Amino acid sequence: MPSYVITEKCDGCKGQDKTACMYICPNDLMVLDKDKMKAFNRAPDMCWECMCCVKICPQQAMDVRGYADFVPLGASVVPLRGSEDIMWTIKFRNGVVKRFKFPIRTTAEGSAVPSGGFAEHDDINSAALANEPECIGIGALPTIK
Amino acid sequence: MDANFETVTVKTDVLILGGGMAATGAAVEAAYWAKKKNLKVTLVDKAAMDRSGAVAMGLSAINQYLGLDREKNTIEQYVDYVRRDLMGVTREDLVYNIARHVDGTVHLFEKWGLPIWKDADGNYVNEGRWQIMINGESYKIIVSEAAKNALGSDNIYERVFITEPLVENGKIAGAVGFSTRENKLYVFRAKAVICAMGGAVHVFRPRSTGEGLGRSWYPPFNTGSSAFFTLKAGAEMTCQEVRFIPIRFKDGYGPVGAWFLLFKAKATNAFGENYFVTNGEELKKYAPYGTGKPIPACLRNHLGMIDLFAGKGPIYMHTAEAIQAIAEGESDPKKAKKKLKELESEAWEDFLDMTITQALLWAAQNIEPEKKESEIAPCEPYFIGSHSGASGAWVSGPEDLAPKDYFWGYDHMTTIKGLFAAGDASGASSHKFSSGSHAEGRIVGKAAVKYALENADEVAVADAKIDAAKEAAVRPLKIWEEHQGLSSDPNINPNFIKPRDFMFRLQKIMDEYAGGVSMQFTTNKFLLDRGMELMEMLQEDSEKLAAEDHHELMRAWENIHRMWQAEAHIRTILFREETRWPGYYYRADFTEMDEDNWKCFVNCIYDPEKKEWEMVKREILSIVD
Ligand SMILES: Cc1cc2nc3c(=O)[nH]c(=O)nc-3n(C[C@H](O)[C@H](O)[C@H](O)COP(=O)(O)OP(=O)(O)OC[C@H]3O[C@@H](n4cnc5c(N)ncnc54)[C@H](O)[C@@H]3O)c2cc1C
Ligand code: SF4
Ligand code: SF4
Repeated sequence: MPSYVITEKCDGCKGQDKTACMYICPNDLMVLDKDKMKAFNRAPDMCWECMCCVKICPQQAMDVRGYADFVPLGASVVPLRGSEDIMWTIKFRNGVVKRFKFPIRTTAEGSAVPSGGFAEHDDINSAALANEPECIGIGALPTIK
Repeated sequence: MDANFETVTVKTDVLILGGGMAATGAAVEAAYWAKKKNLKVTLVDKAAMDRSGAVAMGLSAINQYLGLDREKNTIEQYVDYVRRDLMGVTREDLVYNIARHVDGTVHLFEKWGLPIWKDADGNYVNEGRWQIMINGESYKIIVSEAAKNALGSDNIYERVFITEPLVENGKIAGAVGFSTRENKLYVFRAKAVICAMGGAVHVFRPRSTGEGLGRSWYPPFNTGSSAFFTLKAGAEMTCQEVRFIPIRFKDGYGPVGAWFLLFKAKATNAFGENYFVTNGEELKKYAPYGTGKPIPACLRNHLGMIDLFAGKGPIYMHTAEAIQAIAEGESDPKKAKKKLKELESEAWEDFLDMTITQALLWAAQNIEPEKKESEIAPCEPYFIGSHSGASGAWVSGPEDLAPKDYFWGYDHMTTIKGLFAAGDASGASSHKFSSGSHAEGRIVGKAAVKYALENADEVAVADAKIDAAKEAAVRPLKIWEEHQGLSSDPNINPNFIKPRDFMFRLQKIMDEYAGGVSMQFTTNKFLLDRGMELMEMLQEDSEKLAAEDHHELMRAWENIHRMWQAEAHIRTILFREETRWPGYYYRADFTEMDEDNWKCFVNCIYDPEKKEWEMVKREILSIVD
C-alpha cells in the first residue's frame, strides 16, 4: 500500500531540518507540512510499499494501506524494528493474526570494518582484490590462462 | 520556485555514481587503494544510501554464491549456467570474473553482520544450487555501513541526482547533477567515473495504473540513469534488447524462487495441467539451450505464456500441496507439526524481507499458503543487467581472462576512457544479483583507482559544455516559471508537459508498439517503426518538460533517462531479426530463433557530437567449454 501518516501520532520529528521519513524514503516521497507539523506522502502512486519510512518513524506514526486498485480492505502488516531483530504482526481480513520475529544483524550497529578482518595486500596490478584470496577462502584467485 | 542555483564544484579522483549494491562494493575497494595512493574517492546517490536502490526493503536470499572454499561448484559451471540462461549470448569472461570474486563479497557481508542461514554443520543453507538464504531485512543498511566507514561521510553526497556526463574527446571528465533538497547544482570533476545507478523500471506500462502504479517488481526509483549516462557519454552498449520479465505472485509481485526451489512447489494452469509437461515439446525449438537443465528463464516464461495467451489462466502455484508434502516427509507427527511451523515462517519471511506488499495482499485476500494455492503471472518488462536481463554498457574484460577483442586496458572500463560500469549498468554479464553486483563493484573500484593513478592529468572540458549541462539540468524549472501563468491548472498548459504525463506517454508507446503487457509482449518491424516515429516527437517534447519544485525536477529527469533506455531498446529489437528470448519478447515477423545469423551480440552506439546512432554485431567469444 502507499504509506500514510497517522495525524495524531506524527510530531513532525519535532521540526528538525529533515524528518526521519523524509531522510529515508528512497523515492523522495515524504514531505513535512511545516504549518501543520505533519508529514505526508506526496505521491502515493509512486510508493513501492517498501516500508522504510514505517520502520524508521520514531513515533510509529506511519502505516501502509494496501494499494486501492487491487488490495481488499481490512488487513495490515506492521513491523517493529529493533537493533537486533524485527517483529512483524500480520492481520488478515478475516481476523487471523500471525506474528513473526526475524534477526536483522549479528553485529553492533556501526561496527562494520570494510576489510572484514581479512588479510590485505598491496599489488594494484594483480587481479586479486584488497582482501583476496583470503576472503574467498581459497589459496589463490582462480584464472584460466 | 527560484531557478537560480548556486554551483558547487567538487574535484575528486574517482567518482562513484549511485549508492546501491555495485556502488557500495566499489566504495569499499576503491577507498582501500585510494588511501594507499593518496587519491580521493567521492560517492553520489540520489537517495539515502542506507535504503537506496533495489535492496531498499531488504532481500531474503543471496542469489549468487559458489562455495569455492568447500568445492561445491566450479566457476566454469556458473559460466555454463548463465550462458544457457541467456540463450548463448553472454560475455563469459565477465561472468567468470564476477564468479571468482563473489564468494569473497559474501564472506565480507557475513563479517559485517548480515545473518546468513547455517545448517547444523555450519554450512550456508542453499535455496537452489547458487542461492543461499539470509535474514536480509537490514541487508542494505549493513552493506552501506561498510561503504560509509570506508569512504568517510565527507566524501558522500546524498540526495544529489545525476543528470548527465561530462566527456571530452572520448574521455570522461565528470558528471553534472542537482540537489533534490536545496538550490544547488553540482559539477563533479574526476579522472575516473564509475556508473552504478541501477536499471530501469516504468519504461513500459505497468500492470497496475491506479494507486498501485508504483508496485513494480524492481523499484520505481531505478529509472534508467545508468543507461542514459553511458549512452550519452558515447559508450558502446550491449544487449539492449534483453529485457527481463519475471514471473511473480500476481499483483503483489512477491518472489516465487523459494517456492519453486526450496519448497519444490508446482505451477499449473487453471485446468490442472503442468505447462512444463504439456508444452514441453516447445523447448526443442530452442536447442541446445532449451533442451538442457535448468530451463532458461525466458523459456520457462514462454511455456506459461502459451497457456495464458490461449486463455487457460489463471496459473496457480500450488503452495499448499508443496508444504504438505514436505511436512509429510516427517514420520513423527510432533516433528511434522514443528516443520510445518518453520516452513510457514520461512514462507512469510521471504515476502516480508523483500516484497512486503505480497504479505499484505495475501492477508487481505485471506490466503494462507499452507491452505490455499496462489496466482502467479508475468510482470511487465524491466531493464536490469544484474538480474536475468542483460542490458548495459559494453565493458572490457580482465586481462587474464578476456579474449583479445574484449580487452582494452582496464577491467570493466566502457569504450569511453575512464568511464566504468557495474551492476545493472554493465551488460552481457547477467545473474550477478546483489552479491555479484557488489563483487563487480569491487572489481571496478580497484580498476578505477588504477586508471586514475596512470592517467593523472585532469581532463579539460570546455566551459560552454559545463554551462550547457547546468542549464539543461534546471530547464524544467525555467519552463515552468516562464509559462505557468497561462492557465489556472498547473498540469494543463499547451506550452509544457509535466513529468507524470510524459511518463504515461512513454509507457503507452512502449506498451503498444514495443511489446508490452497489453500486446502480450509481441511486436514487429512495422509497430517498432511507428513506435520510433512517436518516440522522436517525445524526444522533441522532452525539451518542454516542466517542473514546479525539486522533486518534480527529479521526476522530469528520471523520465528523460527512461526515454533514452526506451529508444535503445526499440532500435535493438528492431535490428535483431529473430525471436531468441521468447517469454521476454516475440517478433511476430521473425518468430524463430536464428542461430546462423543472430548468434551474436547486438550493440549500439550513440555519437553525442553527430547525434547519430549506430548498430553493430559483435562476435561471441567463448572461454569455457
Ligand atoms: C524485488 C527484488 C528482489 C530481488 N531478489 C534478489 C535476491 O533474492 N537475491 C539477490 O542476490 N538479488 C536480488 N535482487 C537483485 C539485486 O537487488 C540487484 O541485482 C542489485 O541491487 C543491483 O545492484 P545495482 O548497484 O546495479 O543497483 P541498485 O542496488 O538498485 O542501486 C542503484 C543506485 O543508484 C542510485 N541512483 C539511481 N539513479 C541515480 C541518479 N540519477 N543519480 C544518483 N544516484 C542514482 C540509487 O539511489 C541507488 O543507490 C532483487 C531485486 C529486487 C528489486
Ligand atoms: S518520521 Fe514519523 S514522526 Fe517524523 S515526520 Fe515522519 S511520520 Fe512524523
Ligand atoms: S513505503 Fe517506501 S516508497 Fe513508500 S513512502 Fe515509505 S519509504 Fe517511500
